[in-house]
Amino acid sequence: MSSSCGAPDQAAPIAGAEGQTVLSGRVLSGEAPVGGAFVRLLDGNGDFTGEVVSSPDGEFRFYAAPGTWTVRALHRTGNGEASVQADGPGVHEVAVAVA
Amino acid sequence: MSRENVLVSAQWAEDNLETPGVVFVEVDEDTSAYETGHIPGAVKVDWKNELQDPVRRDFVDRAGFEKLLSEKGIANDDLVVLYGGNNNWFAAYAYWYFKLYGHETVKLLDGGRKKWELDGRPLSQDVVKRDETQYTAQEQNLKLRAFRDEVVDAIGTKNLVDVRSPDEFSGKLLAPAHLPQESAQRPGHVPSAINVPWAKAANEDGTFKSDDELREIYKEAGIDEAKATIAYCRIGERSSHTWFALHELLGYEDVKNYDGSWTEYGSLVGVPVETGTGKE
Repeated sequence: MSSSCGAPDQAAPIAGAEGQTVLSGRVLSGEAPVGGAFVRLLDGNGDFTGEVVSSPDGEFRFYAAPGTWTVRALHRTGNGEASVQADGPGVHEVAVAVA
Repeated sequence: MSRENVLVSAQWAEDNLETPGVVFVEVDEDTSAYETGHIPGAVKVDWKNELQDPVRRDFVDRAGFEKLLSEKGIANDDLVVLYGGNNNWFAAYAYWYFKLYGHETVKLLDGGRKKWELDGRPLSQDVVKRDETQYTAQEQNLKLRAFRDEVVDAIGTKNLVDVRSPDEFSGKLLAPAHLPQESAQRPGHVPSAINVPWAKAANEDGTFKSDDELREIYKEAGIDEAKATIAYCRIGERSSHTWFALHELLGYEDVKNYDGSWTEYGSLVGVPVETGTGKE
């Protein structure tokens, strides 16, 4: 995958992330995971940074940098967003509800 | 250049799935997406294994492009409608290839796979096999393609549009945020480049913004419409999206895509590199 722009499998274990700031989470509708949602990462200014498609279990992840981020999910059943504060390297969890 | 000549809407596409002479082609960054369901009747082109030379860092050559399109069952007079995931990044890249090799009637599905899925339109897993054709390509139209020396010469003279994210432009990140960080030897951007992330040209649902909105975005960012323009990103696919907006939608005459992009430029020895926002 290294030379590809294709995002890695969104459900695979987070490998090689040492020292990186990873935003990881799930898209949910109520309690149910939402796969196939378009998950967009917006920076502190609301500008688009990246987009992935959630796994069948609703999982997604971004390799970002420390800062304040908004994760916005679009799905044919509804949209939603959540903000996440990443103070430093590590895995930061975030859940996004769509309705 | 009018929008109808280069884009089709999802509704037009659904209404023309079985129209003779119209071929839908899916090109994805995730090359397995097609198998999970595609627009009914669409064939798949793998941007990596089918559009790239297997050995050198370059495109398939003219003969290779002819062979590929013949095998896919695409004829010279077919209207090719390209679409894909990730806001049409690789579909726009393929569009640029089709134009490079002189295919006259090619359009992008506005919004690509995302808009199609958000609309809840039909997807199919049926195997698509089209009869082989005898496709004839032209020599590459190098008016559309920039190489590294031309980029160095363009510093301070032409519009250089870096379409990566602000953090990639400034040198904070080496690759988009949804990818592991690996790329060129040095982070940063080509001096004098302006940073207009590709996504500025797209709505949330993946469709292109209106011509008026696009013109305003690039004008505000500092594009001089009287000058030639070179767009680049990391590997040349996001910049194809912006090339499409500038050349195909807005009709700017001299716009090239630098497909070597930052993975080439940021590894060159001895060329000028700038970091920071470019606005200090």
